[in-house]
Amino acid sequence: MARYVVDVMPKRKILDPQGKAVLGALPRLGFEGVTDVRQGKRFEVEIDGDVTDDGLAEVRRMAETLLANPVIEYFTVHPDEPPVEPAETTPNVTRDDS
Amino acid sequence: MRIGVVTFPGSLDDVDAMRAIALAGGDAVALWHGESDLRNVDAVVLPGGFSYGDYLRCGAISRFAPVMTEVVTWAGRGMPVLGICNGFQILCESHLLPGALIRNDHRTFVCRDQRLRIENNRTPWTSSYAENAEVTIVLKNGEGGFVADEPTLELLEGEGRVVARYLEVNPNGSLHDIAGITNAQGNVVGLMPHPEHAVEDLTGAGTDGLGFFRGLAMLSA
Repeated sequence: MARYVVDVMPKRKILDPQGKAVLGALPRLGFEGVTDVRQGKRFEVEIDGDVTDDGLAEVRRMAETLLANPVIEYFTVHPDEPPVEPAETTPNVTRDDS
Repeated sequence: MRIGVVTFPGSLDDVDAMRAIALAGGDAVALWHGESDLRNVDAVVLPGGFSYGDYLRCGAISRFAPVMTEVVTWAGRGMPVLGICNGFQILCESHLLPGALIRNDHRTFVCRDQRLRIENNRTPWTSSYAENAEVTIVLKNGEGGFVADEPTLELLEGEGRVVARYLEVNPNGSLHDIAGITNAQGNVVGLMPHPEHAVEDLTGAGTDGLGFFRGLAMLSA
């Protein structure tokens, strides 16, 4: 089982009302020095087989097509540890893509 | 004129839209999101509501409904399409209109009788209004803030593609107080306020919304 993670974030220039709400709440809870909070989405996509470049490209197409709206958001895609396999068989691949 | 109204799972205002079309003298035709058949309609309304529960992003999943393939095809051939609220969001997600709608800047749902100026009366949906007519149409949305990058905003302003603009109050943080826009061809209109809720004196703030549907009915006459 190959697992890929897609992180979707609102573009910096786009207002993020949810992040602003969290930013406003933190000082009220006593957390000081927080200058900004942005709220995004994380998708975990599992695909049969091993992590491959083709799989990564396929997930990137999913992000472009459905998971993110490029007008207001940007995304990164990277493979993640398979959920059940032991760590030593985890493919030694980490790749960020924007 | 036969005007179709698409019902998606979670559509809220499809029945009101059909009623508004009938009151304006049009022939309202029910369309189903899961069918690729537009039933020979002359125009299509994508109504307001919360299709697919607004999951992922408002309109993001509805965009891929079978009916939308037909809507996109026929919109490209010049068929009039009006997206109201959630329908506007679907049109943006479909790339029939530029920009996007995001959560209101004040983070609360807004419901109010909204003053608007109809700045472009050259679309089939606004042709019955005088240019720069000021009207009152109910607005109700949680994610109605229109955003686009600066070049897109300049293009919309420069080409007169801002169809309706908020007056007195900007209710949701929309850039340039934009309440509605049209595509380059002028046949596709997205509108955040709800003209279908402003068609009878008995309910709502008057009948200013009727013009959005009467324009097309007059075209066919």
